[in-house]
Amino acid sequence: MTEQQTKPSWQNLFIYLLAFSSGFCIMGIELLGGRILAPFFGSSVHIWGSIITVFMLSLSFGYLAGGKLSTKNASLKKYGFIFVLASITILPVAIWSTPIMEVIFLNVEDSRYGSLLACAALFFIPTIILGMISPYSVRLLVTDKDSSGQTAGKLYFVSTLGSALGTILTSFYFVLFFEVDNIIMVFSSVLGMLGICAVFLNKSAKPLNINTTGVVHE
Amino acid sequence: MSKISISILTLTFSSLLLSFSTSLSAEIIHQERSLYRNILVDDKGDSRCLKFNVKSSKSNQSCLYKSNPQRLVFNYTKLLFSGLLLIEEPKNILIIGLGGGTMSNTLHQIYPQSVITNVEIDPAVVKVARQYFGFFENQNITSVIQDGRIFIKRAIIKKQKYDWIILDAFNGDYIPEHLLTQEFLQETKSLLNKDGILSANTFSISDLYAHESATYKSVFGDFYNVRNYKNSNRIILAAKGKLPSFTLINQRASALQERLTPFGVDLIQVSKQMTSTSTVQDWPENTKLLTDQFSPANLLNN
Repeated sequence: MTEQQTKPSWQNLFIYLLAFSSGFCIMGIELLGGRILAPFFGSSVHIWGSIITVFMLSLSFGYLAGGKLSTKNASLKKYGFIFVLASITILPVAIWSTPIMEVIFLNVEDSRYGSLLACAALFFIPTIILGMISPYSVRLLVTDKDSSGQTAGKLYFVSTLGSALGTILTSFYFVLFFEVDNIIMVFSSVLGMLGICAVFLNKSAKPLNINTTGVVHE
Repeated sequence: MSKISISILTLTFSSLLLSFSTSLSAEIIHQERSLYRNILVDDKGDSRCLKFNVKSSKSNQSCLYKSNPQRLVFNYTKLLFSGLLLIEEPKNILIIGLGGGTMSNTLHQIYPQSVITNVEIDPAVVKVARQYFGFFENQNITSVIQDGRIFIKRAIIKKQKYDWIILDAFNGDYIPEHLLTQEFLQETKSLLNKDGILSANTFSISDLYAHESATYKSVFGDFYNVRNYKNSNRIILAAKGKLPSFTLINQRASALQERLTPFGVDLIQVSKQMTSTSTVQDWPENTKLLTDQFSPANLLNN
């Protein structure tokens, strides 16, 4: 576990920035979910029941999957790929949400189950992938057992702060100036670009990692 | 409307005096927290009111005179009858937003043969309307508990058609944003018969006015605004086909005047409060339309 000590601190800062951004986007997307579903499933309280259920459920699976993935040769490169994948899987929300909801609306009469199904179809996969980020970040940041709790605490602090900001900025301002689909596209592009940056940073930081992760690998 | 604000003032004042006097004060006869809001029914003297929020002065949703239940209390309710000036005898009426059921009851008395469907999202409101406001139902007059947008989408699939759709789902505190968008209005328009019309009880102040007006115009073309300038309500009257001329409207007003007098509606006066957007367009040309993608109605209504 000592390999992390050799990492430059800017890399840690970068990981915190990425965790912050993913927290920001998760809640921004969750909030817009209400707006996306309303034309087909209304704005009753069960809409939020569906949205929160799907997000919590997929985040929980994401935590499991991310934790598991982090045990096998964790690297900034793989971390970056998670972001790129999240970015890609968010796109259907902006591009195909109407036809997807139309099909569900036509086939499910009860708007509670309709909204639950639509929510799952749109958000289940991207949110699982976004959920993988937290445990993976912990893996990349932790240097020793004693400070591991503190590192995890800092990470939750940063990513949850991002969530709070994502919620308030989206609901108070973004919806006032931009179209829903455009906001989603921006979230997707930001995640994608940060992911690509992570992949490239990993390459430039490679000399530092070779004798650490490389050893584990062989 | 000043009469109403005075009565609201006295109502607030008298509720302060509740502990001292019982004969003059408003008596809360029913109170409950529903899924969507706090519902209150209170009696004061001869009037009984349904309220959604105690403290707000805009909280009166529906009122009736106990001694004369068919006489309408609110000005905006009276203005909604301007819809009758645009159509001959509506046979199929859809009302979105029940309130105390006043519109449904009154229309049933004017047109006993008409089929009226009321759509209300909150089951508690339907219950209260039945229990305290004499909301009347039979095989022709029904109520459906559903979100208005979902009802309309399902009705399109079932190929239903209406002569008159009345949109009365906005209260002062919260606006269902998905009931203001261009897509919603297009869906509503497609539910109308060839000569069908849409009346919406909505806003005449705040930034929302321009956005809403521009959106209606984009879907229906020119429409009529009906308002009295004393309060913040306006009624939008839009038609699927051509809007009738003022000559025809005046003829209809005279013909129906007597029939509506028992309800306290002066239709000739109402017809004088109508303006057409073809002559008066009082919002900027480049106003952004409200769509499912952009509808921050509650933020614009501040």
